[in-house]
Amino acid sequence: MPTSPVLPKLVGQRVKRREDPRLIQGRGTYVDDVAIIGMQHIAFKRSDVAHGRIVSIDTSAASAMEGVEAVFTGAQIAELLPAMPIGTPFPSPEHRAVAVDTVRFAGEPVAVVVASDRYIARDAAEAIVVTYDMLPAVVDLEQAMSGKPAVIHPDFPNNLALPLVSSGTGVSASGAVDDTAINAAFAKAEVVISQRMMNQRLAPSAMEPRGVVAHYEPGKGTMTIWSSTQNPHILRTMIAALTKMGEDQVRAIAPEVGGGFGAKINIYGEEYVAAAVSKRLGIPVKWIEDRAEAFVATTHGRDILAYIDLAAKRDGTVLGLKLRLIADIGAYNMLLTAAIPTLTQMMANATYDIPAIRTTLTEVFTNKTPTDAYRGAGRPEATYFVERAMDMLARELKMDPAEVRRKNFIQPDQFPFTTQVGAIYDSGNYENALNVALKAANWEQLKTERDAARAQGRLVGLGLSMYVEVCGIGPSNSLPTGGWEHSQVTIERDGRISATTGASPHGQGNETTFAQMLADQFGVPFEHVTILHGDTGVVKQGIGTFGSRSQAVGGTALQMAGAKVKSKMAKFAAALLEAHEDDLVFENGTISVKGSPASGKSFASVASFAYIPVPLPAGMEPGLSEEAFFEPTNNTYPFGCHISMVEVDRKTGEPTLLKMFAVDDAGNLINPLIVEGQIHGGLAQGIGQAMIEEVVYDENGQLVTGSFMDYAIPRAIDFPRFELTSAVTPTPVNPMGAKGVGEAGTLGSTPSIVSATVDALSGFGVKHIDMMLRPEKLWRIIQGGQS
Amino acid sequence: MAQISLTVNGKVRKGNVEPRVLLVHYLREQLRLTGTHIGCDTSQCGACTVLIDGRSAKSCTVFAVQADGSTITTIEGLAQDGKLHPLQDGFWEEHGLQCGYCTPGMIMAATTLLKDNPSPSEREIREGISGNYCRCTGYQHIVNAIQHAAKKG
Repeated sequence: MPTSPVLPKLVGQRVKRREDPRLIQGRGTYVDDVAIIGMQHIAFKRSDVAHGRIVSIDTSAASAMEGVEAVFTGAQIAELLPAMPIGTPFPSPEHRAVAVDTVRFAGEPVAVVVASDRYIARDAAEAIVVTYDMLPAVVDLEQAMSGKPAVIHPDFPNNLALPLVSSGTGVSASGAVDDTAINAAFAKAEVVISQRMMNQRLAPSAMEPRGVVAHYEPGKGTMTIWSSTQNPHILRTMIAALTKMGEDQVRAIAPEVGGGFGAKINIYGEEYVAAAVSKRLGIPVKWIEDRAEAFVATTHGRDILAYIDLAAKRDGTVLGLKLRLIADIGAYNMLLTAAIPTLTQMMANATYDIPAIRTTLTEVFTNKTPTDAYRGAGRPEATYFVERAMDMLARELKMDPAEVRRKNFIQPDQFPFTTQVGAIYDSGNYENALNVALKAANWEQLKTERDAARAQGRLVGLGLSMYVEVCGIGPSNSLPTGGWEHSQVTIERDGRISATTGASPHGQGNETTFAQMLADQFGVPFEHVTILHGDTGVVKQGIGTFGSRSQAVGGTALQMAGAKVKSKMAKFAAALLEAHEDDLVFENGTISVKGSPASGKSFASVASFAYIPVPLPAGMEPGLSEEAFFEPTNNTYPFGCHISMVEVDRKTGEPTLLKMFAVDDAGNLINPLIVEGQIHGGLAQGIGQAMIEEVVYDENGQLVTGSFMDYAIPRAIDFPRFELTSAVTPTPVNPMGAKGVGEAGTLGSTPSIVSATVDALSGFGVKHIDMMLRPEKLWRIIQGGQS
Repeated sequence: MAQISLTVNGKVRKGNVEPRVLLVHYLREQLRLTGTHIGCDTSQCGACTVLIDGRSAKSCTVFAVQADGSTITTIEGLAQDGKLHPLQDGFWEEHGLQCGYCTPGMIMAATTLLKDNPSPSEREIREGISGNYCRCTGYQHIVNAIQHAAKKG
């Protein structure tokens, strides 16, 4: 009889990550670390104008260079690849991986070079000469909507990618609009807050730029493609479709992925081109994006303009909300581009019980890099607009910003709560999150500190923001790819466990959290569990990691597959132990009859029996490997409260974040250490947006912020120590009760910092300041009192 | 082509390089030491940080020929006799990494920070690593990791 140590339960524990030993020793394999004999390198010639017709492309000098294998123009690539599809059900103009006759943003590819090394490939790309008939660049969002100074896509008059979509109170499923309720709400208003707010354009800036290695093997007729992607299964589907192969003939691998933040969901032209070129030439090829390329060629995020009107009574009760959204989506629709701002509409209800809400959305083409998901993807925008308006309401009514929120919360007994914009919030206790945050921050004390600082002439302010977001995406009606996740759990012959997940991580630590779950589920050591991911050759099915879905959807699929195989293993154990399968317990590496652990068999010996079953129990198949697909019935809706304290330097206008408190309720947590890391990272990006990040174009559509010298992502010195507190309201949507936490930090931090800055400068009469909080902007307010 | 000789992680490496080849490309592609990463092309991000003659340096900002004759330590050479360096331990213990892409450069930069200042304040740590970008962690756990290493050192 094996004697085993008592194994601790791991779910809920701060388990150190098992990904880390390889990563801290430089032994991870990212896509640029993949090398194949005979591999050649791709470089793209990119447009240096924002809008123009291609008059000529001279590739002769490039083709003649020693080491150049091939050069393709857009027209030649078009013979290999059809136009790129999108993942949303909206009309979209033709988008070629490499421009054929017109370029529509600076950085759009116009030609492709394949060469023996990356230096030569770059030299050759630079030797290609392209001449353009310049067209006027469409840069200003609101001007673009009048078709001026140009129409970018002839089939989309006035540059309207999506002319108008309404949602909210009085809007029927067919789109019919009845204004009675929203008009009545505003007619009753004792105070109306109206503000134009810009949620600026951002560059996601994962530290690892994108990259791809494509290896078509002519002998086998198969393709293996490595890519820095968040979703290798979607990549496989799309590569197969566009290169006219079967999904069974394409293997997609997301190796170690150095961050994604939403920008590595999209399947990009460079990935299609690498696959098509590899197939055409019959050799492996690699393309690695450099940072300057990343700024123009990887999708941007946010860039939504809002006109918001909030109707309320003077006691702070909100009566109605109008939110008119105009999104600058750049030159083309990408995989999810068109859907991102619809999430802003979906979350316009925020945490409040508002009797009437109306949103409208217009999406507009401009001659800029296309937008798509960026951490939060539509929900930070909604949070920002509504929470800034709530803050303006509190200021107008001279109420504490916490109290105006408290007055309007959806109450715990109202869940599941169907919002005015059609979301069904699963569970929530918003007032609790607020109370926990006020206590953690010591709100009254903070106000005293602020007032004392002001008495000394310092410009110090406080900001508070609630948030609720939609995560754990979702049922298949909410995702064009399908809204499920897949897992297969195998008990190997030696009793160790291999499990696959389609939730392909890029820093989230799924190898650790999922191993914690299976170790607990089977009562085996953590070290005996291996989580496999990121390779469609190993992981049969999957969707990917985005929308804070790994745990809520992927974790549930894993647990379901585990339950299936555990049930089968119990039957084998029951045969060995001559017991009933329902009477067995799995713990400490043994399977035993309840109440008599000494009678047990080791986990490994039962596993071994399942593969050499002599005799095979009646009605059983040998082996221990089961799979599960999990599709949730609903999204999850995590929520929280972020509080910040900001000081503005009176002489320079420079803002400093003094304190940052975050309370995040993501339901049940598997690994609080990893959760903290996710929240810290989200806060960092939310703070970055509020304070220092902004993509800027000049009037010719040239990107001004095209490097880390001009686009500021936060450094360690930019932050105080974040103070986190958690609250737990489990979701009923999945058995883990976990909601998702990957994006939470970006939600409340941004409006709370802007509100704190407005508070700091309230003495100058300012009511709202658009992000980012550039010192010059704040300095001008201090100098002239203008907003 | 120029002939160069470097001592990398304790071994003498001789090779021929084009004068324009960056040290980071030489390390990664000629020596296959791919633990050193490239995150930008303007010397901001620090993902490529290695030690040149014991001091941290951004290897994307140095030509391989400029490093001729020098002694280089990369992330692969930091653990000794199978034992992790205290900073590697610290990053693991304190969850100082997520995607891991900035981590080698961050750790190499921190070695010089701790060499110059064995018990830095939090502020000094934050200043000391401000030449290295991390987009995942918000830096707090990195600060904790370096504090962890400082205590052990």
